[in-house]
Amino acid sequence: MGSVDEFSLPVRIFLRVYPWRRIDPVPWTPLAKPLADCRVALVSSAGFVLPEQPPFDGSIRGGDVSFRDIPSDASTATLIDTHRSASFDHTGMHADANLAFPIDRVRELVARGRIASVNHRHLSFMGSITAPGRLIRDTAPEAARQLVSDGVDVALLVPV
Amino acid sequence: MCNQAVCLVAAELERQGIATVAVQLLREVAERVRPPRALFVPFRHGYPLGVPGDAERQHAVLDAALRVLEDRALAPPALVDYVLTG
Repeated sequence: MGSVDEFSLPVRIFLRVYPWRRIDPVPWTPLAKPLADCRVALVSSAGFVLPEQPPFDGSIRGGDVSFRDIPSDASTATLIDTHRSASFDHTGMHADANLAFPIDRVRELVARGRIASVNHRHLSFMGSITAPGRLIRDTAPEAARQLVSDGVDVALLVPV
Repeated sequence: MCNQAVCLVAAELERQGIATVAVQLLREVAERVRPPRALFVPFRHGYPLGVPGDAERQHAVLDAALRVLEDRALAPPALVDYVLTG
């Protein structure tokens, strides 16, 4: 299990006093049909971008709440890690981006018949967001609108 | 912070009608933030699906996440532990 003990003392103290956002009420969309009939999208907070996309901006106070579209046929080898956090080990996801953005794995889920299809795009955020007000108010709703317009049934979300 | 960010995005997706499951690395964060569906994994930060280059381990985690979605007995907030095997 991940643990706050992985972090430095200043980070542990920050996490102890940080005012976590409580989702209340908790929204709930039941799975409306078998997964084998569902279209799936990924949402990763690993800060990956494609070479032609601007990197996430680690200098923004409170965090960069923007997101990037990652085409589902992108090669994981082309993804660039622009996550600003030094609080976790990046070497695993540099060796294999699927570890935090399992683009290849969800394609294989289609081949295995577990899901019907992969959406034409996935979404990439950089999760080091300490002030999530604009994420809640602006970019998360916009991200959701895009996936709704794509006809996505299910989203798998992966933090780092 | 990554854990909270994906929880908040998951909540908005659910509000707009998309079913979600969020991998989570810190139980205490998920318990406080309360994403609709979460799968706790026994991996350290930076390694949410386990082992780089181990496709079957990654599939095992993804399949566990998909089973959280399929479990009609769960109610929000649904917080499920991934049991490491093998």
